[in-house]
Amino acid sequence: MNEIETKVRSFLGKYVSDPEVDGDLDLFSAGLVNSLYAMQLVLFIEQEYGIQVTNEDLDYENFKSVQAIVQFITLKQK
Amino acid sequence: MSKDLKIKCLVWDLDNTLWSGTLLEDAEVYVAPETLKLIKTLDSRGILQSIASKNDHDFAWSKLEELGLSEYFIYPQINWEPKSTSIKKIAQSINIGTDTIAFVDDQVYEREEVSYSLPDVLTIDAEQVAEIEEMPVMIPRFITSDSKKRRLMYQSDILRNKIEEEFSGAQDEFLTTLNMKLSITEAIEEDLKRAEELTQRTNQLNTTAYTYDYDELVFFTQSPDHLLFVAALDDKYGTYGKIGLVLVEKTTEIWSVKLLLMSCRVMSRGVGTVLISFIRKLAKENGVRLQAEFVSNERNRMMYITYKFNQFTEIKRQEAWSLLENDLTNIPDYPTYMTINTGPHSPVV
Repeated sequence: MNEIETKVRSFLGKYVSDPEVDGDLDLFSAGLVNSLYAMQLVLFIEQEYGIQVTNEDLDYENFKSVQAIVQFITLKQK
Repeated sequence: MSKDLKIKCLVWDLDNTLWSGTLLEDAEVYVAPETLKLIKTLDSRGILQSIASKNDHDFAWSKLEELGLSEYFIYPQINWEPKSTSIKKIAQSINIGTDTIAFVDDQVYEREEVSYSLPDVLTIDAEQVAEIEEMPVMIPRFITSDSKKRRLMYQSDILRNKIEEEFSGAQDEFLTTLNMKLSITEAIEEDLKRAEELTQRTNQLNTTAYTYDYDELVFFTQSPDHLLFVAALDDKYGTYGKIGLVLVEKTTEIWSVKLLLMSCRVMSRGVGTVLISFIRKLAKENGVRLQAEFVSNERNRMMYITYKFNQFTEIKRQEAWSLLENDLTNIPDYPTYMTINTGPHSPVV
């Protein structure tokens, strides 16, 4: 598990009781998270990594699973 | 203070204002029957009440309990701080602007201290207590069943927030403990005053901030081309009242969500996703495409994110306005921590 994933899972731990979910699990479809989580997630990524999340970036695909979030952060950092 | 603003909270001084006498000096203090009546009248109008008194907290509070009045006051500030500080705290705790607060005190010094720091606060001399009931700013435009319960709703919120702060587990576990019940029903006439109030009071969790007045809302409930839904939430601590509104404009092929809003009091309860899932299911059942308008402002980014994370994709944009379309596949089940009652709704287009 890389450093980004560790941080993402630790963030997730504030919202879901088991943050060690499968990396591919669609968190929203699974009903695990809500709008406040979504907003906090965007703010977390922006603040923790100094990334500007634009309206175009706000694609469900970029945030739907732990894997997707890690990949998004990695790509934006380049 | 703008002429349209109504008072949402009246802050009382205690000695020689709420009661006659000075608690720390006189053996007995006395509350006039007119004052008692005023407190109850304002409460039933949905005007909140609080206290800013320089007094010994425990002594004054036990006196209020003894008088049977303590339940009427939320976030009471009984301490030796300047009263402007106390009023600021009250405004922040309730989350209202100081321009919707009135402060009644017998001492000109205290009123001036408050006016100096908080010029928006309406200050009232204790000698005018008898006039408060009839002041136009103390008469809300509407008195709804929710306004009568407003103080109780705030008191349940205070209790919930305290329990949430002390809760050590993750958010989903906390939500499960609440036993929430959400009802989503088509608006009927008695909902519409509250609906109008919601369109005017809700800024943050509001997708377009379109405001509609009572007559327009009446029209939507009668129009075959519109659906207007009201959401109400209850949990084991009491009711949140009517907290959400969804307006859908229908054509034979496309349904468009003109407005989706929620009270800030339910921000972390998962209501937004449930409302969107409900509309998605309904659109799918009716075989129509689902679109939604969004008008961005400085405060409602959360709703844009909510749309985007519930499979809405932007298809058109013009400055602050945009149009999104939903992919109606893969609609999530309602969360297990909430019981959803969708009541009767028009099943057909």
